[in-house]
Amino acid sequence: MQYLLMVYANEAGLLSRPKAEQEQAVAAYTAYFEALKNAGVLAGSNRLQPSSSATTVRIADGKSQVLDGPFADSKEQLGGYFLIDVADLDAALTWAARCPAASHGAVEVRPIWVLNREGTYQADQSAVPA
Amino acid sequence: MSRERHNGQARDTADAVARRSYGKLIACLVARTRDLTAAEDALSDAFAAALLDWPVNGCPANPEGWLLTVARRKTIDRARRSRSADSAVEHLQRLAEESAAAGEDAQIPDRRLALMFACAHPAIEANIRAPLMLQAVLGLDAKSIASAFLVSPAAMGKRLARAKEKIRQAAIPFGIPELAELPARRDAVLDAIYAGFTEGWNDPGGTDLARRDLTQEALFLARLMAELLPEEPETFGLLALMLHAEARRAARRDSEGHYVPLAAQNPALWNSRMIDQAEVLLRHAGAFGVVGRYQLEAALQSAHVHRCRTGKDNWPEILQLYDILLALSDSPVVAINRALAVAEVQGAGAALDILDALAADARLADYQPYWAARAELLARTKVYGDARKAYEIAIGLQRDPAVRSFLQRRQSALPR
Repeated sequence: MQYLLMVYANEAGLLSRPKAEQEQAVAAYTAYFEALKNAGVLAGSNRLQPSSSATTVRIADGKSQVLDGPFADSKEQLGGYFLIDVADLDAALTWAARCPAASHGAVEVRPIWVLNREGTYQADQSAVPA
Repeated sequence: MSRERHNGQARDTADAVARRSYGKLIACLVARTRDLTAAEDALSDAFAAALLDWPVNGCPANPEGWLLTVARRKTIDRARRSRSADSAVEHLQRLAEESAAAGEDAQIPDRRLALMFACAHPAIEANIRAPLMLQAVLGLDAKSIASAFLVSPAAMGKRLARAKEKIRQAAIPFGIPELAELPARRDAVLDAIYAGFTEGWNDPGGTDLARRDLTQEALFLARLMAELLPEEPETFGLLALMLHAEARRAARRDSEGHYVPLAAQNPALWNSRMIDQAEVLLRHAGAFGVVGRYQLEAALQSAHVHRCRTGKDNWPEILQLYDILLALSDSPVVAINRALAVAEVQGAGAALDILDALAADARLADYQPYWAARAELLARTKVYGDARKAYEIAIGLQRDPAVRSFLQRRQSALPR
């Protein structure tokens, strides 16, 4: 089963910390990334540019609105993601708890619906790589 | 008396009864029906009724009896009441009057032990036993149990419901098992209590309220077991083990929230009253002359405390205890801890050989303490490159931020 771990963190909070602490935080993510890889559960991951670089589009009253900034105006912003392939939600939650963001921000865990050949969505039930 | 004061008093009494007698009342309600869900619904209805009735009519002399009577009627009347919600209040009034007379001085038998044995029955999945016990005996809701056990609240709710359904459908008995079965069944109860405690203990900062409370709830359950089943030494062993661990809570973090390993802890910060209690319990357990896993683990805790307090090396004794424990449990987790004792007695090289032999066990690939132990031993044998790698793995698998940054500091302190 694939799950997307969405990493929510306070960008400004991290950037205001001393440099050594920032480096430690980055190193913690690197170790986490390696742990996911070694366990053979990582299907993809990326860090996002800061939310100030975001542009949001929505259509209201039939007209599209293009707005500067992220969709949700909260302190914690989507900063990146890890796509993992594990047996079940419990395993996904265990990995989410190990993500550094779980202790300073939040990690949202969402099962993936995969678009299949017939063009319909289904929960991805692919086996966990050995 | 003013209405507000009446209200406040009613609420206080209801709260006190809920804390003191929740499990007792559930155990009584479920004894014949075996329907935990219905019992919980009925009891929560009865508490709601109490909050309506007690401020008006005053708190009954026997609040438990009152609640039990109302809850029993609720079970029977539930279907009917759902059809005519309007008459509910009137209905409650009648029930309250009737039960006030009937339940005035009735002593409620304590059937909590039977309830715990049902929750930890072999037919119930092992990983839901502790949550089920916490809910049935202590009335914890699925949401707080879920966050303690790192399971989604929806899934925890479903699993609890399924386990209750199983108890009802499979007619899992509510009773104390036969003597022949008792040791195994008792172990299942103790294991579940210990699992709950461990979840709580993993959050020493107490930042997560649900998990901090879990250690207290587990201690309560273990005390209850010891009180209700006083001929079982392992129960005292478990209680001693948990008290020892709990006694060091304050010393496990420094003022800035950094992780402090056992060897660096200040024994003055330990709760010596709890340690004394643990020691008394351990001696009491030992007097039965039957050794067991929990007594051994408690004895290990006791030995660590003794060494840290006196500074007197006792690693050979610790290793002996681990030898017996390993023979008894055959657990890879015990083997790792034993290896660390071996490192103190025979050197880090001998300990690394043991870890190498364990590496074949697939369960340990993601087991953080294995990698932390390995890193530590590699650093001691001055194999710094491998130590750095092992630390990296341990850091990536660690979920406690304080321990994570402790390991990061250890890793960066390695000579290049």
